Amino acid sequence: MSDLDGNSSAPAGDAFGQTQTLKKVKKQKVLLMGKSGSGKSSMRSIIFSNFLARDTRRRGATIDIDLSHVKFLGNLTLNLWDCGGQEAFMENYLSQQRAHVFSNVGVLIYVFDIESRGDVERDLATYVNIISALVQYSREAKVFVLVHKMDLIQPAMREAVFDQRVALVRRKTAEAVSIVRKQKPDASAHPQSPPFPSTQIPDVDLDMQLFATSIWDQSLYKAWASIIHDLVPNLAVIETQLASLGVAIDADEILLFERTSFLVVSKWSSREGERNPYGDRFERMSNILKSWKHTCSKFTGTPRNAEQFSDFEYKMGPNFAMFATKFTTNTYILVCMPPGEARFNSAKLNVAAARPWFRFLDGPPVPMSSSSQMLAGGGYGSEAAGGSES
Amino acid sequence: MDRFPFRPGFVRNISPAVLNLQRVYEQNRQRITKKDVGSVPDVAAPQTKGTPRLLLMGQRRSGKSSISSVVFHKLPPSETLYLESTARIQKDSLNSFMDVQIWDFPGQIDVFENPNITFDIDAIFGEIGALIWVIDAQDDYLESVAQLNNTILHIQRSYPHINVEVFIHKVDGLSDDYKLDIQRDITIRIQDELSDEGIENAPVNFHLTSIYNHSIFEAFSKVIQKLIPRLGQLEAMLTNLCRTCRFEKAYLFDVNTKIYIATDSTPEDMASYEICSDFVDVVIDFTEVYGSWPRTQSWRARLEGEPWSQPVEDQVACELAEAGMVLSDAQRPIMLREVDRFLALVAIMKEGSYEKMPQINLNVDVVVKGLTEFFDITKPKEVKAAAVVEGRKGQGS
Ligand SMILES: Nc1nc2c(ncn2[C@@H]2O[C@H](COP(=O)(O)OP(=O)(O)OP(=O)(O)O)[C@@H](O)[C@H]2O)c(=O)[nH]1
Ligand SMILES: Nc1nc2c(ncn2[C@@H]2O[C@H](COP(=O)(O)OP(=O)(O)OP(=O)(O)O)[C@@H](O)[C@H]2O)c(=O)[nH]1
Ligand SMILES: [Mg+2]
Ligand SMILES: [Mg+2]
Repeated sequence: MSDLDGNSSAPAGDAFGQTQTLKKVKKQKVLLMGKSGSGKSSMRSIIFSNFLARDTRRRGATIDIDLSHVKFLGNLTLNLWDCGGQEAFMENYLSQQRAHVFSNVGVLIYVFDIESRGDVERDLATYVNIISALVQYSREAKVFVLVHKMDLIQPAMREAVFDQRVALVRRKTAEAVSIVRKQKPDASAHPQSPPFPSTQIPDVDLDMQLFATSIWDQSLYKAWASIIHDLVPNLAVIETQLASLGVAIDADEILLFERTSFLVVSKWSSREGERNPYGDRFERMSNILKSWKHTCSKFTGTPRNAEQFSDFEYKMGPNFAMFATKFTTNTYILVCMPPGEARFNSAKLNVAAARPWFRFLDGPPVPMSSSSQMLAGGGYGSEAAGGSES
Repeated sequence: MDRFPFRPGFVRNISPAVLNLQRVYEQNRQRITKKDVGSVPDVAAPQTKGTPRLLLMGQRRSGKSSISSVVFHKLPPSETLYLESTARIQKDSLNSFMDVQIWDFPGQIDVFENPNITFDIDAIFGEIGALIWVIDAQDDYLESVAQLNNTILHIQRSYPHINVEVFIHKVDGLSDDYKLDIQRDITIRIQDELSDEGIENAPVNFHLTSIYNHSIFEAFSKVIQKLIPRLGQLEAMLTNLCRTCRFEKAYLFDVNTKIYIATDSTPEDMASYEICSDFVDVVIDFTEVYGSWPRTQSWRARLEGEPWSQPVEDQVACELAEAGMVLSDAQRPIMLREVDRFLALVAIMKEGSYEKMPQINLNVDVVVKGLTEFFDITKPKEVKAAAVVEGRKGQGS
C-alpha cells in the first residue's frame, strides 16, 4: 500500500467555503407524509442522522410537523417537513393549514405501510386527498411513493404485493389528478374519488415514482438517492467532470457520495464498468459504507454523525483495485480501478489533484471555465494522466 | 457452497517448497510426541478421527436453525422469522480451512427419551466435536435445563470428552444485569444437578448469544477454536506479529463465516472483534461487486499494452487480496490480508503506523507464508470421514 497523501486529511475546501453567500443556496421543500407509524421519521433519522434501523423501534409518534433543514452538499438545503400522520393532524393539514403545507412543495414523499391490515382503503383515501391538495398548490411538485416495510412481507410474495400496490396507487393518483384538474383551484372539499369512468383517460402529467422500501436493507438508499438526484444543483457539471476524471485516470467506475447520508450523488462508469452485473451496487455501496460508519463510531466512541474514516484501499491482486476517500468537504469519492500498482498510485494523486474541480460542491457555484486543464496540468504520473479527455 | 462470494478471486498457490516443509514438520512432530509421552494427555484435543461435528440441540423455537442459517448461510437475522420448524436432522457442512459438520436437530425430539424411535446414540455422538445446547433466554428455561442435564448425564458415561457449549440465546433486548442473572441461575442449576450425580468438572461452557449482533459469531469462534489442533502455535504466530509490527490486535478469520479461529495473546476485546469482523464484511461486499465477474479480453489487452507492456499479474505488488482502512479518530488503520481462499488476517494497527506500511507488509508477508504452511500441514486427510458420515445417514427421524 502506498503512503497516504499527507494533505488528504486536512479540511479541504475551507478556503472556498468562506466565499459562500455570494449566490443563493437552493432550497427545496420536501413533504414527508403518510399514516402514523408508517415509518417516516424512522427513515429520515436513518438517512440524515445516521440512526441504526434498530434504534428506530422506540420512537414516539411525531406531533404535528417536525421541520428540519438538512444541508445537502454546499448549495442545497432540504427543508424536510416530517408530518405527523395521526388523523387529527392529517385533517388539519388538509383544511386549516392547507395552503401553508402544500404551497411551494418541491417533492412529496408519501409512505404506505404495506402491513397496515384493514386500513388500506382509508390510507388510500387520505393519499388521494393529499395528492389533490398538492396538485392544487404545487403543480410542479414531484411525487415519490414509498411502499414501505417490505421486510414484513414473505420474500417470495414481495414482488407481487408491490406490483399490486403500484397499480392501485397509480389508479388512485390518476383519479385524484383528473378530478382536481376539472375543478376550480379554490375547491374546498376533499374530493371523494368516485369510481373512475373507463371511457375518460385523464392526462396524468404528475411526475411520480414508486419504490419498495424497508429500513432493514439497501432499498431505502435506492429510493432516497432517486429523490435527491434531481434536486442536486449543477448535476450536469458534476457528471461531466466525473467523466473526464474517470477517463483521465483510467478508472472503471467512480461514485460520489454525500458525506453524511452516503447517498450516491453522481456516478460514472467506463464501458467495462457498465458491464458490471450488480445493478444494485450503488445503493449497496451506500448501505455498506454507512453501516461501516456505525461500526467505526461504536469502536471509537465518537458521535455517529462525525467523520469516521478518511481513507480506504482495497487491492484484489490481479482482479481489481479500489479506493474510497474523503473528497471535498461534503463528499466522499469511491474509485474502482483496474489492477496495477503504478496505475493505482497515480490515480490517487490525480484524484487529490482534482479536488479543486469539485469545490463548487461545497459552496455556491464558481466559474468552471479554467477547470478542464487541471488534470493534464497536474503532472503526476504522466502515464495515467495521458489518457485523452473528450 | 458456491453461495459464498469471497471465493472467486482468492487463488491459492502451493509451492513445491511447502511439500518439503511438510515432511520436515512431520518428523519434528513425531519427535515431539515421543518426548511428551510421560506428560499429561491433552484433554482438550479433539478426539475425533474424521470430520468434527457440531450438534445443535435444544427445545423447539429456541433458535437452532436460525443460528445455523445466520452463521453458515449468511441469512439476514430478520429473515429467520420465516424459518419453518425443523422436522428432521438437518446436516450441513462447513468446507473451510477445516471441514466441520453441523447437525441441526428438530427441537421436538429428545434423542434419549423418545418413545417412538431408538436413536443410534453412537452414530450421533461418536464423531462429535461439541454439543451446542440452545436455550431461549426470553422464555421459561427450566424444562430446557432439565433436558440438558439429562443429556449431559447420558453422554458423560460414554463420551466424557464431549464439550458441552450452552448458548443462552436471544439475549438481545435483555438488560445486562438480567443476562448475568440468567447465566448464573442456569450455571448453578446444571452444576448442582451434575454434582448430585457425582460428576465434577464436566466440560460445560456458557455463552450469551443473539443472532442480532456479533455474539453468536464470537461464541462459535470459541467453539471452533477448541477443535483446532495446535491452536497454541497459531496464537504464538499472531502474538509475534503484533509485537514486531506494533499491532494492537490481530485475528485470523474464516472469511465465509466471520468466525475467528485464532487471535494474539492480548486480552479478549469484543469491540476489536466487531470492527475487524465488519471490516471483513466490507471487503467481502466489494469483492463480490467488483471482483467476482470476468472482464473482457479487450479490457485486459488495453491494460497490458503500451505503455505498460506487462501482464497485469506482473503489474500488481501482491497477488493476494490486501486492504487498509484509516479511521479518522487518531488515524488508526485497520488492515486485512488474504491468507488463502478461506482465511484472512485482520489487524488493528497503532496510531500513525500507516506510514510504516511497506515495512509492515514485509512482516505480514512472512507471517502469511507461515500460516499457509501451517494449514497445509494440519489439514486433515479428508478421505474416509465423508464415507463414514454417508453410511450413518438416515437415522434422523
Ligand atoms: N418492519 C419494519 N418496521 C419499520 C420500518 N420502518 C419503520 N418501522 C417501524 O415503524 C415504527 C413507526 O415508525 P415512525 O418512523 O415513528 O413512524 P412515523 O411514520 O414517523 O409515524 P408518525 O410520526 O406518527 O406519523 C417504528 O417502530 C419503526 O421501527 C420498516 O421498513 N420495516
Ligand atoms: N430475538 C431473537 N429471536 C431469535 C433469535 N434467534 C432466533 N430467533 C427467533 O426464534 C424463532 C425460532 O427460531 P428457529 O431457528 O426456527 O428455532 P429452532 O430451534 O430451529 O426450532 P425447531 O426447528 O422447531 O426446533 C424465529 O422466529 C427466530 O427469528 C435471537 O437471537 N433473538
Ligand atoms: Mg414520525
Ligand atoms: Mg429448527
